Amino acid sequence: MDFTRRGFIKGVLGGVLGLAVLPALLKAPGLYLRRASAAPTIDLADGGGGERHWGFVVDASRCIGCGLCVQACKRENNVVMEPEYNRTWVERYVYTEEGEVFVDSPEAGIEGFANAPANLKYAGLDIDKSHFVPKLCNQCENPPCVQVCPVGATYKTEDGVVLVDQEHCIGCRYCIQACPYGARYLVPSGGVTPMGYSKVVDKCTWCYHRITKGLRPACVEVCPVGARLFGDLHDPESPVAVALRDHPPAVLKPALGTKPRVYYLGIDTEVR
Amino acid sequence: MEGFIYPNEAEVAWSVNIVIYTYITGLVAGAFVISSLYHVFGIRSLRPVARFSLIASLAFLMVAPLPLLFHAGHPERAAVNMLFTPNLTSAMAAFGFIWFGYLVLVIAEVLLVFRRDMVSYAKSSKGVLRWLYLALLLGIENPSEESFAANERVIRVLALLGIPGAMVLHGYVGFIFGAVKAMAWWSTPLMPVIFLLSAIVSGIALIMVLYTLLSILRGKGVDHPTVISLSRWLLGFLALDLTLEALEVVSMAYEGEESWEMISQLITRVIPVSYLGIQLGMGTLLPLVVLGVMAARGLKGRLSSTLASLSGFLVLVGVLAMRWNVIIGGQLLSKSLRGFTSYIPPLLGMEGLLISAVLLALPFAILGVSLYLLPPWLVEVAPEEERPAFRAIPGVRRGGLARQGVRFGR
Repeated sequence: MDFTRRGFIKGVLGGVLGLAVLPALLKAPGLYLRRASAAPTIDLADGGGGERHWGFVVDASRCIGCGLCVQACKRENNVVMEPEYNRTWVERYVYTEEGEVFVDSPEAGIEGFANAPANLKYAGLDIDKSHFVPKLCNQCENPPCVQVCPVGATYKTEDGVVLVDQEHCIGCRYCIQACPYGARYLVPSGGVTPMGYSKVVDKCTWCYHRITKGLRPACVEVCPVGARLFGDLHDPESPVAVALRDHPPAVLKPALGTKPRVYYLGIDTEVR
Repeated sequence: MEGFIYPNEAEVAWSVNIVIYTYITGLVAGAFVISSLYHVFGIRSLRPVARFSLIASLAFLMVAPLPLLFHAGHPERAAVNMLFTPNLTSAMAAFGFIWFGYLVLVIAEVLLVFRRDMVSYAKSSKGVLRWLYLALLLGIENPSEESFAANERVIRVLALLGIPGAMVLHGYVGFIFGAVKAMAWWSTPLMPVIFLLSAIVSGIALIMVLYTLLSILRGKGVDHPTVISLSRWLLGFLALDLTLEALEVVSMAYEGEESWEMISQLITRVIPVSYLGIQLGMGTLLPLVVLGVMAARGLKGRLSSTLASLSGFLVLVGVLAMRWNVIIGGQLLSKSLRGFTSYIPPLLGMEGLLISAVLLALPFAILGVSLYLLPPWLVEVAPEEERPAFRAIPGVRRGGLARQGVRFGR
C-alpha cells in the first residue's frame, strides 16, 4: 500500500475540511437524515460516519425472469459462473389449478426461464398462474450469520450491510448453516473473490463498493423492469421509500426473528 | 437432488470430516466418564479399565481438532484467528479454549495417574525412553510418598472437574447444531443433551470393545465382570439416549410444524437406511434388547460378556450413523422446505473419505503408542487399594450405581 506523506497530508486536510463542511450539509434542505417519526436521529457531525438506512425492495409482480440481474451480479462481483455459487438468483413459482405449487430456479435463473428443458416438467399441467422471485442477501437487522462466525470475520457495517472480511474468514462455513435464506456460499478453489481469495465465504453485499460511491447495486442497475429497487429508507423521495409508501411489504421467514431488510412486494406465503 | 433447493445448497457445507469430528469428540467424553466413574465415584468394577479409558480419552482428544483443520477453507488462519479474535456471540469460538483446557486437564490427570509407573520405567529404561519418562515426570525422578498421596487428591479433583469438562466439550458440540434456527432437523434444545448421551454411550461401547479385543490380543483373559459392568452402564445410558432421541422426533411430529412434512420424508425416504436401519434398529434397539435381556436375567458369564462386546460394537456403528444422520441429514433438507439436496462424499481431497478414514484411524494409532509407553493394565496385578470417593455425599456410595459396581465387581 502506498502511504506517502503527501497522501497523509491530503487525507488529514480532507478530513478536517469534511468535518467542517458536514454540519452545514446536514442542515441543507433536501437532505433527509432524520426519521419522520420520533426515532433516534443520526448526527453525522458527531462521528456517525455517514450512516445510511439502506433498504432493498423486490417487486415480484414486475419481475420477468430475464436473468440479467444474475448475470450482472456475477460479472460485477467476480462470482464463479457455475450455478451452485450465487450472490443473487431468481426463483419461479408455478401454481396449478389443483392448488399445487412448483418452484424451480434452473441454473439459478441466469439464462432466464424461456428455454425448453426447464419447462418440460410443466407440460400437461393445468397452470393457474406463475411468477418470479429474485432472491439475495436480506442484510438482516439480526443476522444469524454474524452471530455464529467464530472469528468475527462477518460483520454488520454501520449502515446495516452484512459483509465478510475475506482476509480473516477461516472457511468454517458455520455462517452458511446459520443463514436461513441460502444466501452464502464458499468460493471454490478454482474461483477468486474480488478481493482475490478462494475457499472463503462470499455473499451479496448490495454491491457495497458501488453504493458507498452513490451508485446503485449492479442488479438494480440492469433490471429492465424496475423489479429491484434500492435506496435510503429514511429518504422519503428514494425509490424504496416511494415503493413501500402505499404497499405493505413482506419479508422472508419473519418468524425467525432475523428482521430482513429486503422487502418484497407481490409475493404470497408460498415464497420462503 | 429432488424438489427445489436454494441454488447455493447444491454444495453441502459440512462434510464427512465434521461427522468424524463429532464422533471423535463424543468418544473422548464417553471414555473420560468411564475413567471418572472409578476415579471419582469409586465404582470398583471399572477399575481394570479406568486407566485404559483415561489414555484412550487422551488419544482421541489429541486428534479431535484435526478434522476441523482439514475441513476449514483456511486452516492456516483458523488456529490463530480462533484464539486471538474470538467472536463472543459464537458458540464455535469456544472450541479452541474448551479443547485446550480439556487437553491440559486430561494430560495432567494422565501424568499423575501414571506417575508411580513412570518412576519405575524411568529407572529401568535407557536412552531416549528414559529421557521421555523423565520429561513426563517433570524431572522429578524420586517423588516422595507424601507427593504420591497428594497426587491421589489432585487426581480425584481433576477427574471430578473432567466430568463437567467432558459435558461442556460435547454438550457444546450439540449446541453448535441445536442452536441453528435455520436448520429444521438440528434446531432443538434437546440437541446438546442428545449429543452428550450418545457421546457417553459411544465411549462406554468403545472401551468395552477395545478392552475385550486387547485382552484377547494380549493373551490375557477378558475380565468378564468388568465387561458386564460396562454393559450395565451402557444399557442405562443407551436407554436414556433412545428416550431423548425419540422424544425429539415425537415432539416434532406431534407439534407438526411447517417443517415436519419434510423431516418425516427425510427420515423415512431420504436416509431410512442410515437412520431407521443402522442408527435406530441395529445400533440402538438391538443392543438395547440384548443388553436388557442379559441384565434382566442377571447373566454374567463368558458368553454374555462376548454378547455385550458385540452389542458395544453395534452401538459404536450406530452412533457413527447418528452423527451422519444429524450432520449430513440436516443439510440434505433444503431450507426452502421444498426439496432435498444430495451428498456423496468424494474418495479423495481434503474432505474426502480417505482423509476421514485416516483421521478416524489416527486415535487408535496414538492409543497403540500410548499403550506401549504407559501400559495401563498393571493395575490388575497391583494390590487393590481402598479408594472410596465422596463418602460424605449420602446416596452416592450407597446408591444404585455404587451397589451395582460392587455387585459386578467381585
